[in-house]
Amino acid sequence: MSTTQTDPGASGALVEIRNVHFSRGERTILNDLSMTIARGKVTAIMGGSGCGKTTLLNLIGGRLRPSSGQVLVDGISVPELGTRDLFELRKRMGMLFQNGALLTDLDVFENVAFPIREHKRLPEPILRHVVLMKLETVGLRGARELMPAELSGGMARRVALARTISLEPMLVMYDEPFTGLDPISKGVIAKLIRELNTGLGITSVLVSHDVADTCAISDYAYLMGQGHIIGQGTPQEIRQSEAEEVRQFMDGLPDGPVPYRYPAPDYLKDLLQEGPA
Amino acid sequence: MNSLRRLGQYVLDSVEGLGRASLFFLEVASGARKLIRRFDLVVQQVFAVGVLTLLIILVSGLFVGMVLGLQGYNTLSKFGAADSLGLLVALSLVRELGPVVTALLFAGRAGSALTAEIGLMKATEQLAGMEMMAVNPVERVIAPRLVAGIISMPLLAALFSAIGVLGGQLVGVGLLGVDSGAFWSQMQSGVSFHEDVLNGVIKSVVFGVVVTWIAVFQGYESVPTSEGVSRATNRTVVYSSLAVLALDFVMTALMFK
Ligand SMILES: Nc1ncnc2c1ncn2[C@@H]1O[C@H](COP(=O)(O)OP(=O)(O)OP(=O)(O)O)[C@@H](O)[C@H]1O
Ligand SMILES: [Mg+2]
Repeated sequence: MSTTQTDPGASGALVEIRNVHFSRGERTILNDLSMTIARGKVTAIMGGSGCGKTTLLNLIGGRLRPSSGQVLVDGISVPELGTRDLFELRKRMGMLFQNGALLTDLDVFENVAFPIREHKRLPEPILRHVVLMKLETVGLRGARELMPAELSGGMARRVALARTISLEPMLVMYDEPFTGLDPISKGVIAKLIRELNTGLGITSVLVSHDVADTCAISDYAYLMGQGHIIGQGTPQEIRQSEAEEVRQFMDGLPDGPVPYRYPAPDYLKDLLQEGPA
Repeated sequence: MNSLRRLGQYVLDSVEGLGRASLFFLEVASGARKLIRRFDLVVQQVFAVGVLTLLIILVSGLFVGMVLGLQGYNTLSKFGAADSLGLLVALSLVRELGPVVTALLFAGRAGSALTAEIGLMKATEQLAGMEMMAVNPVERVIAPRLVAGIISMPLLAALFSAIGVLGGQLVGVGLLGVDSGAFWSQMQSGVSFHEDVLNGVIKSVVFGVVVTWIAVFQGYESVPTSEGVSRATNRTVVYSSLAVLALDFVMTALMFK
């Protein structure tokens, strides 16, 4: 790879985000955001809807470029990479999309085999071994012949997870892995994330607004407000934080620094106004 | 004043769209070079296009040929030239109707399906997912479909013309009593390979490029919602039909003097 490789082992950080700004048109989405994702740990990024979590993952994955600031993955500056180097880097990272993003014209087996077929020349028997092993990891070896349309939401996400780890990445980003799942499926996914982390040494970034499930399996957590970090620490530290913004999110209070009401003119005046507004 | 401004805006938007479509075409074309090693992907797509369009092409070809036989006979027999029926049917099909009608049917059947498929892949994040797996969707999804469209179109047009000639023969020789020997021999001596067949093939290759290009571009650029995909599908059919008819006029004017 052409880019410079600083010593990443020293800092223990796999992903470093430094003073990143990102905007879409006039709107600032991320504002002077910095965070560090430790190697081999599960790092959670929590925050309300629309605060820019998915955007952040897309910056790390190189699908978006920041307007300013640095994004380093394994010491490589992602925004500066050309297409080829970016693709090389992506082979070492995986992203689990919210809905799984399985290829609908391929069955479960072929979905998991897809990245391997694209990037490696493996003889068919070995490929079969690898795929079945990945499917066994997520407990869906028996579902290999089903089509994505025949899977439940939780199963689809597990297949997507098997596919994400099929190239044995160093980093996996999970975008809202818990939403829309029943408690049992949530538990299964949470257990898998933890096991992959400890078993395969995969660094995990877990984006979610599900406080309880996320805190239970993460080593470190960042809490995001509108485009910037409002709190960080181990899950315990965050739970015990006194900061008002953090408290509001963790306790799920409807009103606080994040206002309940959309800005509006005075209520009484509005009511007394004649005719349709 | 306002409508003038809107017209200006419309022209600007159209030019910008054309520019984007051209850049997209270059990107796909450069992705297509890598397909030499993955020709299985193209074969798969040719098969998919064939499954979609074969039946409708054969049935339409037969009927168009039969109508040509009927109308041609009525006119030609007035001048005592009914023996030339084979030539008339073959020339009409090979030069014009084969490439044009095939392209129109292709746009309605395969083109719209291509747009919808790609649009839905975009809406369900399958394309984004591929990108994150370090697979370029333009190379893996778009390029094979474009190449398959370009390969299929002339084949389908040839089938259309062949079955059309049979339809003309069925009506002309079978029903109306044109001499079978005259029907075929006039056709053989009157249709030139260079002038007629080759030009017809060139036409359908051009149509293949244009229709498939429009279809994949509309799918790739579609707004990733159900409404966006349905609009894109609509646009594919309208734009490619117009493009086929307009290009046909231009090419006919250049080819047949
Ligand atoms: N393609 C886009 N075009 C314009 N604006 C966008 C686009 N994608 C996201 N945004 C805006 O960027 C902001 C951040 O979006 P993002 O998807 O990162 O939020 P999020 O934190 O992932 O939210 P959620 O928890 O709902 O998934 C949102 O306010 C959204 O309106
Ligand atoms: Mg999101």
